[in-house]
Amino acid sequence: MLDELDKKIIVIMQEDFPLVAKPYLEIAERLGIDEDELLERLKGYRQSGKIRKMGAVLRHREVGYAANALCAWIVPEERIDEIGKLLAKDAVVSHCYSRISQPGWPYNFYTMLHAHTRKDCKVLAEDIAKRTGLQEYVMLFSTKEWKKISMQYFKD
Amino acid sequence: MLTAFDKSLLNIIQTDLSFEKRPFALVAEKLETTETIVIERLKFLKEHGFIRRIGPFFDSTKLGYIGTLVALEVKAEYISQVAEVINSYYGVTHNYEREADLNLWFTLLSPNLLKQDEILETIRNLEGVVRLLNLPATQKFKVSVQFSLT
Repeated sequence: MLDELDKKIIVIMQEDFPLVAKPYLEIAERLGIDEDELLERLKGYRQSGKIRKMGAVLRHREVGYAANALCAWIVPEERIDEIGKLLAKDAVVSHCYSRISQPGWPYNFYTMLHAHTRKDCKVLAEDIAKRTGLQEYVMLFSTKEWKKISMQYFKD
Repeated sequence: MLTAFDKSLLNIIQTDLSFEKRPFALVAEKLETTETIVIERLKFLKEHGFIRRIGPFFDSTKLGYIGTLVALEVKAEYISQVAEVINSYYGVTHNYEREADLNLWFTLLSPNLLKQDEILETIRNLEGVVRLLNLPATQKFKVSVQFSLT
């Protein structure tokens, strides 16, 4: 279970990371704790999987990946594991989830595809279809970003 | 424009920042440069919008949150007011208009299912919403955006 200090650490780690030689010392001082204790807890979160990775998120439009498509697939139940593991390895796929289907919406598997243009996105999807034999899919291109933020855990 | 050095730095910094006292010195070692140069370059890349955020990526499930993806069909003339209500929820992190009958897609993180149900019920009843599909994940195979810059 997370204690109060854990929650404080998680909140502060979601703020701007100090771009200084000793960033963790600066954060620890703001929390009023020891730098070693902060580093120990952070390593603990990574070990337990609470932290998946540590690093930078890029703005993909700025780094040249202007097109993105949410691609919804119909995958037979017995192939979900195989397809999921295969596509997770694919560098052009950033997110890959199986999800429940709904009445009138038979799609049960989703990949987020990134490329420089829409046309490239379509080629990527065609390639996945060819490699996997999955024929039924729809590509959902975004036309407007209404909101995109990083989650602020334990802040509400 | 990004230089070759910037691209190498961005490739490393996306996953490899350590929980060690001098994390940027370790990055500098890999790039055969100095800690100061790494820090200065990162400031530049952040100020110029190439980097959105630096920090840990938390696993929402392991922190106790419940996530889902929600697809809505909204009458065109109502889309901006529906989007605004959706955006007002703290746990909504992504909300995109997409080219399809289901024309508004958002992700929602909630502290529990009860809260999630309550939010979805409110949204389902907004004027202009034709249908709402709740599409919770059954398995997550990959959850991180990483770009390889060459």
